[in-house]
Amino acid sequence: MSSVPSSLSFLTIDQVRAGLAARQFSAVELAQSALQFAQAENPKTNAYLHFCPERALAAAEHVDKRIAAGDNPGPLAGVPLAVKDVIVTKGVRTTCGSRLLERYIPPYDATAVVRLEQAGAVILGKTNCDEFAMGSSNENSAFGAVRNPVALDRVPGGSSGGSAAAVAQGTAVVALGSDTGGSVRQPASFCGVVGVTPTYGRVSRYGLVAFASSLDHIGTFGKTVRDAALLLEAMAGRDDCDATSAFAPVPKYTSQLDGQVAGLKVGLPREYFEGLASESGDRIQQAIALLKKIGCEVREISLPTTKYAVPCYYIIATAEASSNLARYDGVRYTSRVNEDTLSGMYRATRGEGFGAECKRRIMLGTYVLSHGYYDAYYLKAQKVRALITDDFRKAFAEVDAIVAPVSPFPAFKIGEKIDDPLEMYLSDIYTITGDLAGIPCMSVPCGKTSQGLPVGMQILAKHFDESTMFRLADAFEKAGGFAGSH
Amino acid sequence: MKITEPEVRYVADLANLKLTDSEITRLSRDMDEILTYMDALSELDTDAVEPMAQVLYQSGQTATLREDEPVPPLGNENALANAPLAGAGYYKVPKVIER
Repeated sequence: MSSVPSSLSFLTIDQVRAGLAARQFSAVELAQSALQFAQAENPKTNAYLHFCPERALAAAEHVDKRIAAGDNPGPLAGVPLAVKDVIVTKGVRTTCGSRLLERYIPPYDATAVVRLEQAGAVILGKTNCDEFAMGSSNENSAFGAVRNPVALDRVPGGSSGGSAAAVAQGTAVVALGSDTGGSVRQPASFCGVVGVTPTYGRVSRYGLVAFASSLDHIGTFGKTVRDAALLLEAMAGRDDCDATSAFAPVPKYTSQLDGQVAGLKVGLPREYFEGLASESGDRIQQAIALLKKIGCEVREISLPTTKYAVPCYYIIATAEASSNLARYDGVRYTSRVNEDTLSGMYRATRGEGFGAECKRRIMLGTYVLSHGYYDAYYLKAQKVRALITDDFRKAFAEVDAIVAPVSPFPAFKIGEKIDDPLEMYLSDIYTITGDLAGIPCMSVPCGKTSQGLPVGMQILAKHFDESTMFRLADAFEKAGGFAGSH
Repeated sequence: MKITEPEVRYVADLANLKLTDSEITRLSRDMDEILTYMDALSELDTDAVEPMAQVLYQSGQTATLREDEPVPPLGNENALANAPLAGAGYYKVPKVIER
């Protein structure tokens, strides 16, 4: 007699492994039950755009066969996984939240997806996101906004809002997202889950649909630090299909989660604590007090170029986006609006296919790259990016990790900020710096506001030093730092 | 004013985007506000700073060139499977050259 959990709300990767080992359930039984639950729950949040039951059951069957044969089924055996719909899946529709790709069936798998399935993961479906990952609220999806499972009238954050919501809702154990300017950490903080953006180049971008190539990262979501770290270590490492993926060896992060942070030097950048909304600030201050209690040496530091990060980011990100999105021209990717001339066809296809935010970014990016403006905007921003990165380099000569807020405020109401693009851009201030520098960063839950809205604390570390970041996050979790977050 | 409506129309042309008049009006307002905000960067003296075009880090092995070994290609049929219009192994587009 098997006892299969339906909601995945309380299930971790280790518990899936234990359940399979104890024959409490098979991978197929877990996949069937998870799919049924996720499909029934999905209308509440719109977190998934589509499910892939055939692929899920085939993967689960493979796991069961390996277990029956006495083989190692892999570190993620049978783990129900949600994948953001900007990461391509062979034979499974991948829309990027855009009308333009409504019918796009990729002919190959992203490297991250291949590696996770080799590790035994079971992909349940593809999650909703802002169109081409452009947005901070998930309201820019062509297929409808995602509702935050914690407060259904509020946004889950963006752009990986569907992945964060799925983990928070218990319709996936772990999920993949992508982060270009905060798109994993900010939704993780809004939904009360763990969200990780590794070092740039740590995870292959092969098969991640390009938004801004020098800033794009694949990242992970989980309920626990250990789950998010397990997912990352299963897919990280050099891939010949992505020339920017790093050769640096991937440590076994989860073997270093020993809770030992006594004497760890933690920096608080003063620029990140000015003008922070009161309740989010209070939760972060409580979290910092806990870090001190468990032995961290906390000190104030300065990252002086911070106030220039938003303009710097929105110049570079839009410039790269305008170039990357040029490929959606009606020739190759499923959608076309017929016109008599080739250029008329390009223009009509793109004019009808892209949503308002994508158009705004294509226009800004085209402008900052155009003749006469390149030096003043794009080249200038690349120089400022070097200064921001240098701020971090100097800071990490003094401290082992940096702790900061994730977002100036918790989840806001759907529709509340959609008419003010600049205000929405400004809300990315605490997360875009990590992407500009390419350093690893993550969000961990650190309690809720009086309205019951989750608050996230951000941890940043040196290039390739995810280990220190995870160790600190895990020690915080073990010390009760997540208490009151769920 | 950072950007005028005629300039917005010119940029839309460069970007191959067909926009409605109301989209142009809205974009002129948004882009003006955002570009004005971006001007803050001019406060910084960056004359001596090298532009950062890519994330650079110290890593043991940084060679990114691999051996040039052939691998099986995607194949014509797979490559064209998502084409809005294809024929005879090619993408088809409206006529470009008049005879």
